[in-house]
Amino acid sequence: MGMAEADPFDAVVIGAGAMGATTALFLARGGMRTALLDRGEICREASGVNAGTLTLHMTRAALIPYAMRGRELWLKSAEWLGSDIGARAAPGLSLAFTPAECAMLEQRAKARTAMGAPIRLVTPREACAIEPGLNPSLLAAAFCALDGHVTAYLTGRAYRRALTEAGVAVFEQRPVVGIEQDDRGYCVRGDDGTLLHAKRLVLAGGVWLETMLAWLGLRVPVKCLVNQLVVTERMRPVMHSVVGIANGLLSLKQFENGTVLIGGGWQGIGDPVRGGVEAIPDNLLGNVQLARHAVPALGETRIVRIWLGLESETADAMPMIGPLPGVDEAYVIGCVHSGYTSAPYLGRLLAERVLGREPEMPLFDPARLVQPAPVQREEIA
Amino acid sequence: MSATVDVVVVGAGPAGVEAALAAAVCGLSVTLLDEASQAGGQVYRAPPSTFRGALQDAADPEGVRLRTRLAASGVTVCFDHIVWSVSPGFRVDALGPSGPRYWSAKAVIAAAGAQERVVPFPGWTLPGVIGLAGATIMLKSQGVLPGRRNLVAGQGPLLLAVAAGILKAGGQVAAVLDLATRAEWLADWPALASRVDLVMRGALWRARLLRAGVPILHRQAVRRVTNTPQGQLRAMIGPVDGAGRPMTGAAREVVVDALAVGNGLTSSTDITRLLCVTHRYDELRGGWVPSVDEVFRTSLPGLYVAGDGAGLAGAAAAAADGRLVGLTVARDLGYVSSASYDETVAPLRRKARRARRFGTAMARLMALRPAQLDAIPPDTVLCRCEDVTRAEIDAAAAEGARTVNQLKAWTRCGMGPCQGRICGDIVGAVLSRAGGTRETAGFFTGRTPFRPLPLGQLVTETDYAALTLPPPAPL
Repeated sequence: MGMAEADPFDAVVIGAGAMGATTALFLARGGMRTALLDRGEICREASGVNAGTLTLHMTRAALIPYAMRGRELWLKSAEWLGSDIGARAAPGLSLAFTPAECAMLEQRAKARTAMGAPIRLVTPREACAIEPGLNPSLLAAAFCALDGHVTAYLTGRAYRRALTEAGVAVFEQRPVVGIEQDDRGYCVRGDDGTLLHAKRLVLAGGVWLETMLAWLGLRVPVKCLVNQLVVTERMRPVMHSVVGIANGLLSLKQFENGTVLIGGGWQGIGDPVRGGVEAIPDNLLGNVQLARHAVPALGETRIVRIWLGLESETADAMPMIGPLPGVDEAYVIGCVHSGYTSAPYLGRLLAERVLGREPEMPLFDPARLVQPAPVQREEIA
Repeated sequence: MSATVDVVVVGAGPAGVEAALAAAVCGLSVTLLDEASQAGGQVYRAPPSTFRGALQDAADPEGVRLRTRLAASGVTVCFDHIVWSVSPGFRVDALGPSGPRYWSAKAVIAAAGAQERVVPFPGWTLPGVIGLAGATIMLKSQGVLPGRRNLVAGQGPLLLAVAAGILKAGGQVAAVLDLATRAEWLADWPALASRVDLVMRGALWRARLLRAGVPILHRQAVRRVTNTPQGQLRAMIGPVDGAGRPMTGAAREVVVDALAVGNGLTSSTDITRLLCVTHRYDELRGGWVPSVDEVFRTSLPGLYVAGDGAGLAGAAAAAADGRLVGLTVARDLGYVSSASYDETVAPLRRKARRARRFGTAMARLMALRPAQLDAIPPDTVLCRCEDVTRAEIDAAAAEGARTVNQLKAWTRCGMGPCQGRICGDIVGAVLSRAGGTRETAGFFTGRTPFRPLPLGQLVTETDYAALTLPPPAPL
């Protein structure tokens, strides 16, 4: 690769997670000459290591309409992405084991139903008929016919194929250290000294967005959650639905290969600089305790692997997606709760906006999150 | 259940035991953990204490002495404990016979040894095909033969040890296939001369095999194995060149009950990979190994490595290095003065250096040869947990996968119960030969648990209402 590309790209997307990769894909399909950069490889952070959930039970109520469209896109990924990455529709259940959880279940189901999620409360007997593997001591359950899961670790390979076919210039292992502006647009500097020129810029860096936005002089605090995931060895079929608990501290699903994935947002040790460092043993025990309680047959299996994924969150826990205030032709996308579920839809929405069209659903204006104190533009080491 | 100690040593082979003893003598509180039921590691593996008779008598006297000294020491030993996590700071979690336990410690010494490597060939996953190290476990600790009639193949010093062990236990050896030539064995004679005792032992094994009429075939390797209708193994064997490339002609079949095969060892780095210390690739020392200073401190303060886990060096070097590491921990924690430390370690370091020369000569014989990898046919399984073939790895490489972790996500290679311990080195080598280097291909990220954990033993059925839970996720 030479020192600089002669002609500027129409758009450079920094961050090749599902948000950035989808945006880049639809920009290229929309006719733009597009480059996609990542410090690592495509979808190898949150987008490749998350629980692959398509659930509406855990989605923030305000994001339900987006998540429902994102879910549809994942289930049809063979059509628009070109590969089946194991997306499967399944029924979803959220359980309550205490009176307090029953109240929570009811309140949460109501809020999500109001936003369009077809969730209804069912009796323990009905719940056990839907999912015979459940612990019969449950007091109540919420049922949603629209649920399912994706095999998240396959995301990167699928996107790599699609991006290559769409003509996106993909630069993996290319950490960006800074962005400069000139009369032609943006100049993106790699850590190896390479420069990419672009007329438009899309920042899609997940938990690294705070650093990226600072390159443009914008101060937006981004919180980093360090979510723990646990997977078992292959075991006999013990469940076919997606199971959670009203408090949101558990998500369970069994894949076709027999492994069971246990999630629920229990925290590990990590940060944006070091990545996901290590699981906290007590948090593993807590998470697994809930899993065994919900589906007792899990007591038969063995835990094979525990890992951590970094999730980004803004100050108001709502996404930032749209044009950046005061910076021409620069956009941001990220910090979406349950973001993997809605990523294909949100990436496509932003691409519509960058391509100069009116997006089908409202974006999430980042201007509300920009803090007034200006920071010095700096390059990270 | 938990306890606080100065240092936890993980692994009770010669390195771990010597480290634990040295630290305990200096006054440190030391806990030594191992998943086996007795100390000795793989090299001095002991039969179960309930076994009586010939097997006990045959135990290596070096190992017996090691166990005796440990029993008489102030080291707290916890056998039958599977260490599954080491957290910074440090906390060591293990699953033992009475459930999960953990220790808080100021320092951790990882002495996890090595694991065996097999260069895959068609049929290597069939029942009856076992590793050379696996065969030594059967022979030493259980007195069980791999099969009545056995083929022993691969490279390195374990070949003769296993073949002689099978004969001694009453089995037959159809042949020993050694990738190396006699000249390669003797190439490093000054290093060999540093351990006359071990050379003599090797010569005795060889003499015993020749006396029994066992052919020792150099520059020969197994090409593929199939089952016979009677359930035996039919091995196709043939000549190879110095790079490990199969040569045309002269291939023939051997029918045996079992095949013990191994292509050297790789360092066991579960703990250091998990804790993200700096590693370096060292082909002759067991692949990816933690970077250490001259007294085996890793890049993470408080974490030390000893023995083959710090790079293959053999049992004698492991013992000397273990003592050195134990003393270093004692000094770093303020239990011994710098002056007395310097005085004690100087002779130890000389001894370790000498011992390492022999280990290095053996490691050279165990090193992968490039054409061995090229010779793996496309339909051969590389990742036996997940049945990922060489063709699938090659296809992913052709599609742009450049690191083993990317390859893992794309193909499930290394995602199974062994966590990539068996396939990791081979897959890294195959990927790097498709484009890049071992350094760019990297190594599988360290993950807990180090060994698969029975979920039902880790957590018992509890009263749900009594659980302490974090605050609920937001709506």
